Parts: sequence; structure tokens; C-alpha cells
Amino acid sequence: MSTYAAEHHDDHKPTGWRRWVYSTNHKDIGTMYLLFALTMMFFGGASAMLIRAELFQPGIQLLHPDLYNNLVTNHALIMIFGAVMPAAAGLANWMIPLMIGAPDMALPRMNNLSFWILPAAAVMLGLSFVVPFFPGGGSQINTGWTLYPPLSIQVGMSMDFLIFAIHLLGISSVLASINIIVTLLNMRAPGMTLMKMPMFCWTWLVTAFLLILVVPVLAGGVTMLLFDRHFGTSFFDAAGGGDPVLFQHLFWFFGHPEVYVLLLPSIGVLAHVIPTFSRKPLFGYRSMVGAMLAVATIGMVVWAHHQYTIGMSLGAVTYFMVGTIIISIPVGLMIFNFIATMWRGAMTFETPMLFAVAIILMFTFGGLSGVMLAVVPADMQYHDSMFVVAHFHYVLMPGAVFGLFAGVFYWLPKWTGHMYDEKLAKIFFWTNVIGFNITFFPQHFLGLAGMPRRIVDYNVMFTEFNMVSSIGAMIFGLSHLLLLYIVIKTIRGGKKAEAKVWEGAHGLEWHLDSPPAFHTWTTPPAAIELTDTYEKP
Amino acid sequence: MSANQNADHYYIPGPSPWPVIGMLSLLTTLLGTALMINGVTVGSYVVVAGLLLFGYLLFGWFSDVVRENLSDCYNHQVDTSFRLGMIWFIASEVFFFLAFFGALFYIRNIALPWLGGDGYLGMSNEILHQEFSPAWPSQGPGAVGGEYRAMGPWGIPAINTFILLSSGATVTWAHWGLKLNKQSHLIWGLTSTIVLGLLFVALQAYEYSHAYSELNLTLGTGVYGSTFYMLTGFHGFHVTMGTIMLMAILGRSLKGHFSPHNHFAFEAVAWYWHFVDVVWLGLFIFVYWM
Amino acid sequence: MHFFVLGLGRWVVICIALFGANIACADYGINFPQPASGSAQDIYDIHMLTMRVATGLLLIVFAFVFYSLYFHRKSRGYKADQKFHDTWFGHWSWLIVPALVLGVDLTIANNANVVLQKVWVVPDDKNLLDVKVTGHQWWWEFDYLDHGVKVESRYVPKAESGDLYLREVDNRLVLPTNRKIRFLHTSADVLHAFWVPELAVKKDAIPGYVTETWAEINREGVFRGQCAELCGTWHSRMPIVVEAVSEEKFLAWIDDKNAAKVAAAAEASADKTWSKEELIAKGESFYNTKCAACHQVSGIGLPPAFPALKGSAVVLGPLADHLDVVIKGRPGTAMMAWGGSLNDLEIAAIITYERNAWGNDTGDVVQPADVKQQR
Ligand code: HEA
Ligand code: HEA
Ligand code: CUA
Ligand SMILES: [Cu+2]
Repeated sequence: MSTYAAEHHDDHKPTGWRRWVYSTNHKDIGTMYLLFALTMMFFGGASAMLIRAELFQPGIQLLHPDLYNNLVTNHALIMIFGAVMPAAAGLANWMIPLMIGAPDMALPRMNNLSFWILPAAAVMLGLSFVVPFFPGGGSQINTGWTLYPPLSIQVGMSMDFLIFAIHLLGISSVLASINIIVTLLNMRAPGMTLMKMPMFCWTWLVTAFLLILVVPVLAGGVTMLLFDRHFGTSFFDAAGGGDPVLFQHLFWFFGHPEVYVLLLPSIGVLAHVIPTFSRKPLFGYRSMVGAMLAVATIGMVVWAHHQYTIGMSLGAVTYFMVGTIIISIPVGLMIFNFIATMWRGAMTFETPMLFAVAIILMFTFGGLSGVMLAVVPADMQYHDSMFVVAHFHYVLMPGAVFGLFAGVFYWLPKWTGHMYDEKLAKIFFWTNVIGFNITFFPQHFLGLAGMPRRIVDYNVMFTEFNMVSSIGAMIFGLSHLLLLYIVIKTIRGGKKAEAKVWEGAHGLEWHLDSPPAFHTWTTPPAAIELTDTYEKP
Repeated sequence: MSANQNADHYYIPGPSPWPVIGMLSLLTTLLGTALMINGVTVGSYVVVAGLLLFGYLLFGWFSDVVRENLSDCYNHQVDTSFRLGMIWFIASEVFFFLAFFGALFYIRNIALPWLGGDGYLGMSNEILHQEFSPAWPSQGPGAVGGEYRAMGPWGIPAINTFILLSSGATVTWAHWGLKLNKQSHLIWGLTSTIVLGLLFVALQAYEYSHAYSELNLTLGTGVYGSTFYMLTGFHGFHVTMGTIMLMAILGRSLKGHFSPHNHFAFEAVAWYWHFVDVVWLGLFIFVYWM
Repeated sequence: MHFFVLGLGRWVVICIALFGANIACADYGINFPQPASGSAQDIYDIHMLTMRVATGLLLIVFAFVFYSLYFHRKSRGYKADQKFHDTWFGHWSWLIVPALVLGVDLTIANNANVVLQKVWVVPDDKNLLDVKVTGHQWWWEFDYLDHGVKVESRYVPKAESGDLYLREVDNRLVLPTNRKIRFLHTSADVLHAFWVPELAVKKDAIPGYVTETWAEINREGVFRGQCAELCGTWHSRMPIVVEAVSEEKFLAWIDDKNAAKVAAAAEASADKTWSKEELIAKGESFYNTKCAACHQVSGIGLPPAFPALKGSAVVLGPLADHLDVVIKGRPGTAMMAWGGSLNDLEIAAIITYERNAWGNDTGDVVQPADVKQQR
């Protein structure tokens, strides 16, 4: 170790702002990713709160319709690209090198570039929101996150800022994915074959593949949009022989795999949390890997289930319907494996495990409403109604966000060296889960009764459930302040965490101090440490 | 410091300013572009500033990498990382092009037949565009862009195909020279590749100006013009980047940076060049020929 | 740990009760409204089927999870079975589980497919009634292609519609029962979607393309729906109201419409010279229904997509250009060509109004004859 350190440009931990801005350290970059994600979650959440406040009762109280839909757009983009993906990337940065016994990510400088592009994208997104408030700034982005033309061609200059923000986000994701793939393929400790790799690493490997394949397509799509807006092309204009629906195909070719990008890292977290607190190896390691590859593959070819109403042929909708329904097989297998891991385990219920159980129950619920949506004739009714909003929040919050919460609580002691406050964390869990259900459960009813999504004002017949939903959203939203408090409290102090934080935990990361040294695994882990896994293929 | 000493340690670079400078250059360039295309005059200056910063960044970052490489910091494993990284970068580029090829496919085989009265959405023709028949190339029922003539495959495009294919051969030839440690063989191989690349770009530029001035084929010529310029333009941009990369490699070869066993940078650029080549074949077939 | 089990248990009870309620009652407000066509009934049934299957699967998952949560707890002294994945079940579950799920999937897909075959493609029928449905920002245009009747349908402000606000329109879409109707959807500007839940019809309106759906209404009544694809600022203000009546009443209604049209045309072309006051009064009411959705009642527009008319160069400029924009539209923008749907009198009145309202004091008076000449 000492020879290694001696060769380095810097023998010690760099200090001051340079430590962060110039960083090449996976732990610091991971921390920055996570803090960025947390910040963005508050921005995305604040817009959600405004949305729910406006929908609290019929009439237009707070927000002009364009402002409302601009907030809906920003809410979705910020939550997906600003909160969930960076948080998952933060976990990857922190944990992958620790888990596979690598000294750092494979391409450390590029790693930092991937992170720092995100604030730049946030600036562009912020500008797209702010510019219309100035004279001559054009109209607001009232298109929703799907940015469908021709509406997105009507929007003023702020749309260009948004398009470039998406380009930046795309560059960031692609670079981060390249880095993760290279790290996983090339940096594993000697003796760790692919089929011995911790499951979280597997999920990220698949996620990164998906990102590399689909993000460029989105970038291509918004580039065409830019050209249609400014350079006289007719990609999305029937008069010139184009088709507005072409954009939808490009968007959803990206968009559907994207939802699995959001889901899979959290599935990876569960694959560690559940065995740890069940004190039993992960059930069905191989089938888990297989299921994941199947999800990724099928997920790439079913995108048009978001577009059942555009007028596809009978053959096309049948294909997309059957393909979409079939995804329940691999996803169901994953859920099954989790339950089988709990089965005949010796469970305890620390906060990460509580989240894990909640995810199994509530994600399954969301997934099943997904299967309902996949049924074409029924989707004639559900499409673009609040039912869809309910579906995707049930998969996005439990499937993605709660998984990230579970991961944060699971690894927070490892990162900070302090135990978090378990009692507060449990209170957070309960307010969170209950608030979530009050918010989104009633939206199913609204959708079935005929309330379209993305409307700022609605008929009185939809009042009751909207009120319940808005009240739930306030509970839900406020509960996140508790999360913030717990995280800050844990960073600043608390009971000292041991190297192996959880009794039932296995894996390389638990052989390092809590918090780990600035540089870890500068010599690869010993064979004995490598055998300590819960992945039993 | 010998190579051996590093062989069992993966090189982790120290703190580096380049990533944030990269971020700033991207932000400035895109911000400037957004302002420029909306008629804000400072925009173009901002773009220029961003691009200069970007150039400085590339130069600085790669100088660091070259320096580290020359002082034997990189062991075999680091080299593998670079290779894998390049491969997956090219994979992402492939999908970027796929978006545009996909658009072309969709327009030609699905959207236009509908507008022309075929298939499930055939009513579009009967109700909205009765006179329209969808032969490719098409500028759509609105005849957007006015009278024009299409670009045939057997003039400049065929010559360009020949040029690019030969450049693929010359770069491989240069690679042999490098592996056999024959400096002049390498230099000449690279130089002729660069010349061919420049020739390609020049011919392409000529073709564009010909199309604009004589064929009235512009970016605004309906969906034909859109796809034509989008695909060929995006590709042309890649050839330009590739040529610049080749020039950098030539410079490094002249300084004797590469050895028969250690020349990842050369190979990365060669892969990129072959990729650009293959894309051109796709373009030639689907955009010019069929 | 009691806290945990109790809390979660309560949550489950609430959840199941709600979901059960959902299944039990088909009340307006919780589930789809009562279907008004055979297809809608089929769709309702497939919806109930998948929902029941989903609920069943959910209960199974809940049952296993809760059993395990209760019995396989460390606090109960349960010792983890480290060999569980080594049993025959552990070895074969990767095959058994997918097979079972595939079975359920195929059941759903098969039933769905049966419905799909019935509802998706517009059936051949001699007696088909063609209605072209055009979405505009932010109103609907219904064109009875075989009868030469056009209806423009706009939302009614709250003061007049009360509790039906955002579900009520000025002119309804009148349709006959027991006759196959083909809807031909298109749009004049951006995407919209025609959605009437009782008919289970939803289809996107795509500018430049025509998509189709169909319905055969089996009971008389008034069915309300809304635009279901985000179409800009007033997406929330595009209700659709279908009034289903018997065939005879429908034909009578068509005749009324045609007669009214003839009368209006007669009035407009009667080469009468109208006074400025008359034109402005008529113009104001036409303007407020036809134009104000985009250009606003106060003429300030919603720039940049919908320019202001107050102080506008076109409105204050040469009359011919102004007429031209209104009659022929502005290709490539949201401004449609009104020449086809407005008669000479209407256009004359609107233009006179625009040129004299909101401080646009040109003093110009435009007569129907001027419009006729310009066409
Ligand atoms: C994390 C994100 C996520 C995930 C995981 C999913 C998962 C799924 N989604 Fe969802 N979806 C979204 C996010 C997500 N979705 C979003 C954001 C939108 C809206 C976008 C927009 O328009 O803005 C959307 C919209 C959406 C639509 C379009 C609706 C419309 O606009 O009309 C459809 C239609 O098919 C759909 C289907 C599915 C299906 C079948 C799954 C499946 O993967 C679910 C599989 C899981 C299960 C089925 C449960 C577990 C399985 C078992 C217990 C086994 C037994 C099950 C059976 C036999 C069925 N989704
Ligand atoms: C990962 C993605 C993600 C996440 C986490 C969320 C989280 C939330 N979403 Fe979001 N949502 C989307 C993705 C997501 N959403 C998408 C893709 C759309 C579709 C957009 C479109 O149609 O284009 C959408 C649309 C959408 C709508 C539909 C709007 C419409 O169609 O008209 C609504 C309405 O209720 C909503 C609500 C919420 C709420 C209440 C939360 C809550 O979970 C938020 C909770 C979090 C916080 C609140 C932040 C933390 C706390 C504070 C900021 C403290 C201050 C709190 C208070 C003052 C109370 N969302
Ligand atoms: Cu029209 Cu929404
Ligand atoms: Cu999807």
C-alpha cells in the first residue's frame, strides 16, 4: 500500500473546495451525486406540492395553466433525471468499487465529468423555467415531460434550453454508464467471476447497458425537434411528409427502457437488504440474473404500449400488448425470489428492511396495474387519465425511490461511520408509506371516473378524491423533511458504526472500516474475504 | 520508475481540473447556441468562447493522459479499461445514428404510405391529402420547400464511398507499420488517411453547395431534405472529428509516442474511423441509393 | 415489533377494503361509468377481469409475505433455514414460477385479444355514419360528412354551466342510437384526443393524419368526456358532450341544422348593407365564441403562438391582408383557414369588430360583399 501511495501525485486526502471540484475519488463523487439527488428531490417535490395544492379543489387558484404544466414537466424531469438517476449513480459510485474489491472506478476523471455535467443540466433546466418570466422570454413549456410535437414546436425559446438540458443529461448518463460497465468488466478482484458478482453490481451492469443503448435515441429525437423548431426541417410535420408520432416512437423507445433503468438499481439494493435482514442467502441468484437480462431485452421492444391511442394496426397493438404483459414473468420471478429469500429466514425489521417489505407489496401493486394498462382495449379508457398517474407513482415511488431510501439507510452507517437514529427512521418510514398511499391510491378512482391527467382545473365531480390526494401529498411531502433531518444528524454524529454494520450482512464492503479510508482496496481483497458473500449461485 | 513497479497497481489519477472545465465548456457552448438560435446577438460570442474553452480542455486533458502514459503509469489493466471504454462509447454512437436511420425507415415505410392512402391510416389520404402520392424522395403533401431535384448516388457519393473505403485501408496499413515498428510506413499511412478524410469532407461540402444552389435541395425540402441533411450532416461531423483525431495521432506518431505494443490511442482512433466508414456504407445504401 | 405488524396490518385492511369496494360497486365516481355501447361493455368486462386477476395475485403475494413476516421472525426465535435454496423447489422454481405466471398472462392476453378483435377495426357496414372529429386549440369541430352538417363545440363558462363546468358545451355532438358510427379523428393544430368514457372511445387527433374509431350506441342519453391529450394552455377546457337520440330524432335534427344553414346563408348573401353597429354587435359575439379561445376576449392573445390582435399590424394594416389571413389561415402556424367554416357575414362582422375593438380605431366597416369578393 505504501509504495502505491508514494507514487501518487498526492499522498493525502486533498482538502478544501478542490477536493470536491477536482475530485477523482469514487467516494467523494458518490457523495456529491447523492447530495445533488437529495437537493433535486426537494425541487421536484416542491413542484409536486404546488401541483397538488392547485388540484386541491376545482378552479384555478394558484397557477396559470401554462405554469401548471410547466411545473408538471419540471417535476417529472427533475425527479427522474435529477433525483432518481443521480441517486442510483451515487450508490453505484460508492458501492461498486467497495463491493468488487477495486481501488476506484475505472476512469476516475471521466467519473467526475459525468457528475459535474449534472449541475450544468440543472442550470439549463432552471433557465428554461425562469426565462419566460422575463419580457421577450417566450411562453412556458406546457408540454409535459414527453415533449410531444407539435405542441413543443409552439413553445418559445425556453424549449431550446430544455432540449440542451436533455442533451447534457444524456451525455452525463452515457459517460457514467460507460464507466460503470468498464469498472464491472475490468476491475473485479481476481477470483470474482461475473457469476459471483454481488447482485447490486449486476443490476447496474444491465442498467448501464440499457442507458447506453437508449439515451442516444432520445438525444437524436430531441435534436430532430430542435431542427424542426429552428431550421425548417419537417420530421414531425405531416405537410412535409413527416409524422408527429415519429417523435413519440423515438421518445418511448427511450422512455420505456428508462423505467427499468429507474427500477433495476433499487432491485439491486433489495437483493442485499433482504438477505441481510433475513440472515439467509439470496434465493435464486442465477434466475435473478436471467430475469434481469430478460427484462432488459423485452423492455427494449415494447415501447409502443404508451401509444395505444395513436392509431396502430391490429397486428401492431396485439404484438405490443402481448410483449408488455410478458414482462410480468421476469419481474414476477424477481419478486418471487425476494419473497423466497424472506421465507424461512430469521427476519428483523430495521428501516431498510421495512422499506424492502413495503416495496415488495406496493411495487407489486403498481406492476399489476401496469399489466391492466397493457391490455389494449382497456387502455382505451385508462390512457392519459389519472389512473396512469397512479400506476406510475406506484412503481416509481416504491420501485425506485423507496429502494434508494432503503439503500441509503442500509449504507449510511458505512459511509458516515455513525448509526442513524432508528426510531426516527421508523417514524419516517411510516409517515412516508402511509402518506404515499393516501396520495396516490385515490388517483386510481379519479382516472376510472374519467379525469384526464395534466389538467389544471377539473369538474366538481372529482373533488373528493383530489382533496384526499392533496392532503396525503402534504403529509408525504413533509415526511421528507424528517429524512433530511435524519441524514444530517447521522453525518454529524451518532453511535459509532462497526465495520460490519448489520449482523446478517455479507460482502466485501463490510470488511472495510466504517467509514472506509479515502482509498480502499489498493491491494485486492484476500481470497478468504471473497468467499464472504450472500450470492450463492 | 520502471513499468514493472506499476504493473500490479491500477493507476488512479490525482485531482484534476479538466472535468469541471469540460462541464463549463459544454454549458457555455450550449447556452450560447440556445441564445443564438433565438436571435440573441451575444449568443454567437458565447458559443465561440465555449468552443475555445472546449479546445483548451481537449488539449489539456489529453496532454495529461499522454504525459501519464509516457511515464509508464498505465499498466495492462488500465489499457483494457480504455479499450472497453472506447468500445462502449462507439456503441452509444451507433444508437445515436440508429435514431436517425430509424426515423428514415419510419418515414419511408410507414408514415408516407399512410399519407398516400395505404394501410390502416389510409383515410388520411382520402380526407386530407387527396392528390398526394408518396413516392420517395418526397417533400410531403404540402410540397414543402418547393421544386427540387434529388441527389443521386453515382456522382460524388460514389467517389466518396471509394475515398472512405480506401481511407479504411490506409489506416489499417498504418497500423501494420506501427506493429512492425516501421516509422515511415506509419507516418505515410496516417498522412494518406488524413488527406482522404479531408478530401471526403471537401467533396461533401461541395455536394451541399451544389444541392443548395442548383438542385434547390435544402434542409427545408420536406422530409427528404430533412433526413438527407440530418444523416449526412451528422456523419460529416463525425468524419471531421475523426480527421482531427487522426491529425493528433499523426502528431504523436511524429514524436515517437507509440511503440508496437503500446498504442491504444492509435487503435481507438482507428476503430472510430472504421465505425464512421461503416456508417457511411449505410448512408450510401439507404440515403443515396435506395 | 408489534408496532410493525399492527401498523402494516391496518394499512393492508384499509387497502383491501378500498380495493374491494372498487370491485363491488360500479358507481359513478369510482369505476367506469355505465357503458353505452356493446364495445364499451366488452371493455368494461375485460377491465373487471384483469382487475380481479390483479387483486387475486396481489392477495397471494400479500398472504405469503405476511405469513413469512409473522412466522419467520428472529424475535420469535425462528432459525434461518440456510438450505432452503437447495431443496428441489429451490432448484426448479426458476421454471415453475415463470410457467405459472405465463399461464395467467396468456389467460389475460387471450381474453384481451377476443375483445380487441371485436372493437379495434371499424366494421364494414352500409349504414355507417361518418363523423369527422377535428380537434382545435381549444374546441371541437364535428363534421357529419354524409349530411353536410358541421357543429362547433366549445366549453361553457362557469357562470352558465354551474356544476357541469368543464363537462358542458354549447353545441352537443348529436348521434343516433343503434347505428354504427365511424369517427374520423384529425387535428388542425396540435395533438388532442377524443375521449367519451361511456362509449369507451379514445383516439388521438394527429394533425395531417386521420385515425379511426367506431361505436354503436345502445341507449339514449347524454355522455360526457374530455380532451385527453395535452394540447396547451386550455387543455382542461375541451369537454365533449354526446347526446344519443333515436334515429328519427337524429334525422330531424339534421334537417333542422340544414334548414338553419340555408337561412343563415340567405341572410349573409342577401347583399344587404349592414350598419357598423350591427356588424360590431354580431362580430363581438362571433369573435367571443370562435376566436377568443386563442386571441382572448381582450384581444391580447397568448404570445408567441397566438399573437395579440390589439394593436396588431395585420388588424391595423391593409384590409385585404387581414381578410386573407382570416380566410386562408397562416400555414405552419396555429391560425386555421376560416373561409370554409364561416360565411361571408360572419367573417365581415368579425373583421369589423376586430378593427374597431380594444382601441383599434380604424373605423373600417366590412360588408359581406367585400368578403365574397376576396374569397
Ligand atoms: C419504475 C417505473 C415503472 C415500472 C417498473 C413500470 C412497469 C410496468 N408498466 Fe409502467 N409506466 C411508468 C413507469 C413504470 N412502469 C411510467 C412513468 C408511465 C407513464 C409515462 C407517462 O405517460 O408519462 C408508465 C405507463 C405505463 C403504460 C402506458 C399507460 C398509458 O399511458 O396508457 C403501460 C401500458 O402498458 C405500462 C405498463 C407497465 C407494465 C406492464 C409494467 C411491468 O413491468 C410490471 C411488471 C410487474 C408485475 C406484473 C408485478 C409483479 C409480478 C407478479 C406478482 C407476478 C404475477 C403477475 C401476473 C401474472 C400479471 N406502464
Ligand atoms: C421518480 C419520479 C417521480 C416521483 C418521485 C414523483 C413524486 C411525486 N409526484 Fe409525480 N410525476 C412523475 C414522476 C414522479 N413523481 C412523472 C413522470 C409525472 C408525469 C409528468 C407528465 O405528465 O408529464 C408525474 C406527474 C405527477 C402528477 C400529475 C400531474 C398531472 O398530470 O396533472 C401528480 C399529481 O398529483 C404528481 C404528484 C407527485 C407527488 C405528490 C409526489 C411526491 O412523491 C413528492 C414527494 C417529495 C417531496 C415533497 C420532496 C421533499 C420535501 C419537501 C420539498 C419539503 C416541503 C414539503 C412541503 C411544503 C409539504 N406527479
Ligand atoms: Cu385538446 Cu387537450
Ligand atoms: Cu412503459
